[in-house]
Amino acid sequence: MTLMISHTFLQNYWWLIISLLAGLLVFLMFVQGGQSFIFSLPKNDMQRKMLVNALGRKWEFTFTTLVTFGGAFFASFPLFYATSFGGAYWVWMAILFSFIIQAIAYEYRSKPSNVFGTSVFDTFLFINGCLGPFLIGVAVATFFTGSDFSLDLFNSVRWGSGWHGLEALLNPVNLLLGFAVLFLVRVLGLMYLYNTIEDDDMSFAIMKRLARNAVPFLVFFLAFAACILLGSGYMADRATGNVSLAKYHYLHNLTGNIFTLILFLAGVALVLVSLWTGMIRHSRRAIWFAGPGTVVVVMALFFMAGFGDTAFYPSSADLQSSLTLARASSSQFTLQTMMYVSFIIPFVVLYIWYAWRSLNRTRITGEEMTGEDHTY
Amino acid sequence: MIENIDLSLVNWSRAQFALTAIYHWLFVPLTLGLSFILAFMETIYVRTGDELWKKITKFWMTLFGINFAIGVATGIILEFEFGTNWSNYSWFVGDIFGAPLAVEGILAFFLESTFVAVMFFGWNKVGKKFHLASTWLVAIGANLSALWILVANSWMEHPVGMIFNPETARNEMSSFRDVVLNPVAIDKFTHTVTSGFVLASVFVIGISSWFIIRKREEILARKSILIAGIFGLVSSLALALTGDSSARTLAQVQPVKFAAMEALYNGKSEAGLTVIGALTDSGERIGEKKVHDVKMKIAVPKLLSVMTTGKGDGYVPGLRDLVNGNPEKGILSVTEMIERGKYARQLLTDYKMAKEMGDAASLETLAGKFRDQDFINNYFRYFGYSYFDHPWQVIPSVPVIFYSFRVMVGLGFFFILLFTLALLFFYRKSLERNKWFLWLAVISIPLAYLASELGWIVTEMGRQPWIIQNLMPVNVAVSNISTGAVQTTFWLFTVLFTSLLIAEVSIMVRQIKTGPKH
Repeated sequence: MTLMISHTFLQNYWWLIISLLAGLLVFLMFVQGGQSFIFSLPKNDMQRKMLVNALGRKWEFTFTTLVTFGGAFFASFPLFYATSFGGAYWVWMAILFSFIIQAIAYEYRSKPSNVFGTSVFDTFLFINGCLGPFLIGVAVATFFTGSDFSLDLFNSVRWGSGWHGLEALLNPVNLLLGFAVLFLVRVLGLMYLYNTIEDDDMSFAIMKRLARNAVPFLVFFLAFAACILLGSGYMADRATGNVSLAKYHYLHNLTGNIFTLILFLAGVALVLVSLWTGMIRHSRRAIWFAGPGTVVVVMALFFMAGFGDTAFYPSSADLQSSLTLARASSSQFTLQTMMYVSFIIPFVVLYIWYAWRSLNRTRITGEEMTGEDHTY
Repeated sequence: MIENIDLSLVNWSRAQFALTAIYHWLFVPLTLGLSFILAFMETIYVRTGDELWKKITKFWMTLFGINFAIGVATGIILEFEFGTNWSNYSWFVGDIFGAPLAVEGILAFFLESTFVAVMFFGWNKVGKKFHLASTWLVAIGANLSALWILVANSWMEHPVGMIFNPETARNEMSSFRDVVLNPVAIDKFTHTVTSGFVLASVFVIGISSWFIIRKREEILARKSILIAGIFGLVSSLALALTGDSSARTLAQVQPVKFAAMEALYNGKSEAGLTVIGALTDSGERIGEKKVHDVKMKIAVPKLLSVMTTGKGDGYVPGLRDLVNGNPEKGILSVTEMIERGKYARQLLTDYKMAKEMGDAASLETLAGKFRDQDFINNYFRYFGYSYFDHPWQVIPSVPVIFYSFRVMVGLGFFFILLFTLALLFFYRKSLERNKWFLWLAVISIPLAYLASELGWIVTEMGRQPWIIQNLMPVNVAVSNISTGAVQTTFWLFTVLFTSLLIAEVSIMVRQIKTGPKH
């Protein structure tokens, strides 16, 4: 006999997985954050090589997490995938372009006969480092601020604005999260580089920049949090599915769910502890507080956007076209089948952790960069 | 909704997806095959402790890395283009198609990306055995990744394991097992990965031959030829077998594509398989489609009948039978399929309207229809045909498929010969004396890429005008965006991918010329 788990449980389970992947993605974007310093932090080519190689050993994780995040969204909430990707065409294309140029930049930058020269590939890394996190932040902010689309009887999407997603850049609240994510990943990048590179000169330069990026991050993040918590949210009626704007809806979602609240507070606390240990105590372990802190704060934001009778992908043009977990999800059978597959995730995390530790056991030094091993 | 889609939007969207897929497939097969060749070489190194094998492994690994990066870069676009350019498709089948993609990410991509870092950077950081295991896991991860995306692609060729839900107006998965064990998926996976193995083997033999011509790195070259020769020969024989199996399955599930591959317009018994032929315009037409004659034909008698039916005198339907119908052979005309499809689509519209109006009685009756096996088997299965205006629209481009198929198969047999000769000359220790063979091996490298791309052209162009066979034509699947937007991204991709390809080839050539580090 086949055990059937309730569709609602499965929808919530998959939103949890999506939230976890989103959290991991933002954390792993420390790679992008580090790339955004490629022209400003290193004082010479050797330091730049160390920076690139420290990040280059991890870029695949971020890339893979982004791809898996997209795949998981496609499989579990295909109507979101169809609506957002098919509608906000230019935002997603810009994000994708920035990731394409990153993927080859590491491998090609220092290879002889690379046609365009090292500086072009380094510029690719810089563009990806700035544009990728910023646009992902803006795109996620639309989960709270809404997008300009409507769906017909057969769920075919029609985007209102001819800018196809770029109009999100005109909403200041979206920009707040965009900049918050950008400065957060820059902070994470600095912490990661501090943890990985053995070079006094670079360590000093990193410390100098930590506070300069932590402060704007906190300002942008708190401003974004204030805007969404004190503003109106897209509430979905549990019985009818009708969507309406409700004052303090996201605040209610935060305070009304003990798990969301604990995650949010714990995440904020961990990030603050990491800043303290990093900036005041100059600890190399700061990244290990900031990383988990980032993951759980992002999860809490996704919980606020998706759980508690909320439209997680709201339409500002036609409220009733807004997507709730129930409306956008795959069938019960598909979600349950994929749930069994997802049980492998802890094993995946385990081997990633093991491989990571094996490679990061020794710090990157200038000496290693001049050795015969594979370097970028 | 989708009736008003601009055809140029469909064509530009197709062009963009084709461009991305063709570029992506320039790099993937080498990853699939070379990863195993690296694993074989490193295994020999670990077992023998011979440092030369380490040097050989590291040399090919450098080339692997250059190719791998650009494969990853072009791959991300393909996944997201399903959403950006084919959003109606994404919703219509996301319940089924998305699952293999998600599984691919969780099971394969992480395996590949985690251990590729260990493979490149772990030589002096982890133990020999852990490093070897990492190299094997990269090979397994890359090929597992191919498995899942090919399961998804095969479902587009032969949709199985699903039911249509009128409530959500989409297809929903009813059996994951059927989706994974889809006969098309099994054939396609084995055929595709073995084609990757063949390409990688040709690549290794070609470059090694160049070293021997230049009288450089001759030990490395000979040892590489041995490994790639054995791997290539076994793989190319498996490729021929899986190709045969693929064609048999194709004849059953995509008879129009199969007939187009043979340029078979009139069905017949005792049909021969055309080995070589040239298409000429016969002057006749099926609707607006040209009918071609096959001139200068060399055919194997009865083989097509055997492949299709298992019997030498079996009947193989031609394009005319499949379009106009053949009651004697139980083949429905496309005109009839269009009518039945329209009936099914009208019922879906009625269902949606009844829901809007809150008409519970009609809703229940119509829902019952969608559960009725007679309706499913005789009407709903033709749902996708309802979007056609003319029966001839189901015919793909015959010349493109006909020639692509023949060149691909011809090159496949040529590679069997190439690997056989490589091993023969290796064992006779006469590689350097047979310069003609060495040059042949070098020029075979682009031929391997050509064969590999042509395989996909047969598959994807042959399925046109469908995005999902019999269920959804491409013009219905496209996103509702402006043609100008897609044209812009098409040219951006063209410039970007071409620039990256130029850089990749330039770096690769330079690394080959430089040779292994001493």
